[in-house]
Amino acid sequence: MTITVDIPTALRRHTAGTGRITCAAANLGELFSTLDQKFPDLKPHLRDEKGEVRRFLNVYVNDEDIRFLGGPQYAFQDGDEILLVPSIAGGAPDFERQNLWGSS
Amino acid sequence: MNYELRCRECGKSWGNQPRSICDDCFSPLEVSYDYAAIKLTRDEIARRPPNMWRYAELLPLPANYHPNLPVGFTPLLSATHLAQKIGARRLCIKNDAVCLPTLSFKDRVVAVALAQARNFGLDTVACSSTGNLANAVAAQAAREGFKAWIFIPADLEPAKVLGTQVFGAQLVRIAGSYDQVNRLCSQIADERSWGFVNVNLRPYYAEGSKTVGYEIAEQLGWRLPDNIVCPMAGGSLIVKIKKAFDELVRLGLVEEKKVRFFGAQATGCSPISTAVKSGNTEIYPQKPSTIARSLAIGNPADGHYAIKTMTGTGGWSEDVSDSEIVESIQLLAETEGVFTETAGGVTVGVTRKLYEQGRISPDDVTVACITGNGLKTTDALASAYETPEPIAAKIGEFENYLQKTISLHPEIQEPVEA
Repeated sequence: MTITVDIPTALRRHTAGTGRITCAAANLGELFSTLDQKFPDLKPHLRDEKGEVRRFLNVYVNDEDIRFLGGPQYAFQDGDEILLVPSIAGGAPDFERQNLWGSS
Repeated sequence: MNYELRCRECGKSWGNQPRSICDDCFSPLEVSYDYAAIKLTRDEIARRPPNMWRYAELLPLPANYHPNLPVGFTPLLSATHLAQKIGARRLCIKNDAVCLPTLSFKDRVVAVALAQARNFGLDTVACSSTGNLANAVAAQAAREGFKAWIFIPADLEPAKVLGTQVFGAQLVRIAGSYDQVNRLCSQIADERSWGFVNVNLRPYYAEGSKTVGYEIAEQLGWRLPDNIVCPMAGGSLIVKIKKAFDELVRLGLVEEKKVRFFGAQATGCSPISTAVKSGNTEIYPQKPSTIARSLAIGNPADGHYAIKTMTGTGGWSEDVSDSEIVESIQLLAETEGVFTETAGGVTVGVTRKLYEQGRISPDDVTVACITGNGLKTTDALASAYETPEPIAAKIGEFENYLQKTISLHPEIQEPVEA
């Protein structure tokens, strides 16, 4: 079984420029493990400290959000095309960090 | 510059560039200001023309930027008749149904985004849109001399499609939902040096929403309200109104006050209100099915921050059905003479619900944000009214018509309540 994974530009500096790979991962966990092995620098960008998929990373399988397919439990099918896409949020007020120059 | 992009999560500085994501942690970027360098007084603001540029120091604008489009400064109406109907007393409507140039609050965000697009030397601007943003980008691109590419879900309201094409923009209809359009635009923005106002220009764009908050405070006499009721699609506006209030307090332009933030969604697309009501801090995406297409974002990018804004201020989130949306559009029109689009129906319907549930006290000063114009979504009301049969232009015919109408609707002879 083979699946294809597209890696967005924002993450390609951790993959030595590689934008697309094929692999035989059976599910999301295996896919991330495969990516960890191939690109060790990528690991912290995909999952947080608790090992959860990062909040602003969306995973699509053949154009469908993986969360609609059962999330990490979804079993990849032969020929699945996986897309990793950043979610474009605007951020929020946070005056602790907002205060760039240290005074108010 | 007294502002720059900073990662919302890890704090890394990214300077100023067309970029919305931190490459280090994949989190969103936010415009940060050196507030100590901002000198702004109520008197100075009052001397400036009545548009959103009167708060220029609090917007991420290029140095020596001279805006030539008077966007914003929409009316804040005391909604006494609506208040009577829904058990409120001190209710106001912030009426962005008449925001210029394209009759929605999106004109504000686009104005800031295009200022930066010019600054970054981009000649093409673009967006994914549920309609209002499409109109705003197309119109302002025409005036500012940008090429425009607009990506919309194929099932958008005809008025919003026409209101994009008329400005000469390239319109791309996508056979899919807004969330699919948005994903595609993220991929296109990755490949092309276009200024996607809500992708790579998003941190700047989103700051334009703050002007809704500044105006509310100024129009209340430099005071903050007790409550804000705000429609939520991607969830950005509610977060930015909070940021605006926090900034005004920080700059000493208003007294500190705990404002509670309430978010409004359509039940048919309610990923944020569902999360709030079930006590979750994360969004589970939905497949939208609602007439409020301008709010039909099933995977709201700012949902997480919107939830924090509401729960962190003692607010709440509610949602209303399609039939409640239509009734609420009619209610606002009949009581206050404001014709809003479906998103405004959502806001009014939810506002009503919040009073009914006792979550908002009648004596509180509450501002409900109306963000778009009803003339763009007339199809939502298509079956709500009959077209009257024409009569001859003769006084006798009118007298007959009047008597017949009164016999069918005796209430029209009742005196109007003051």
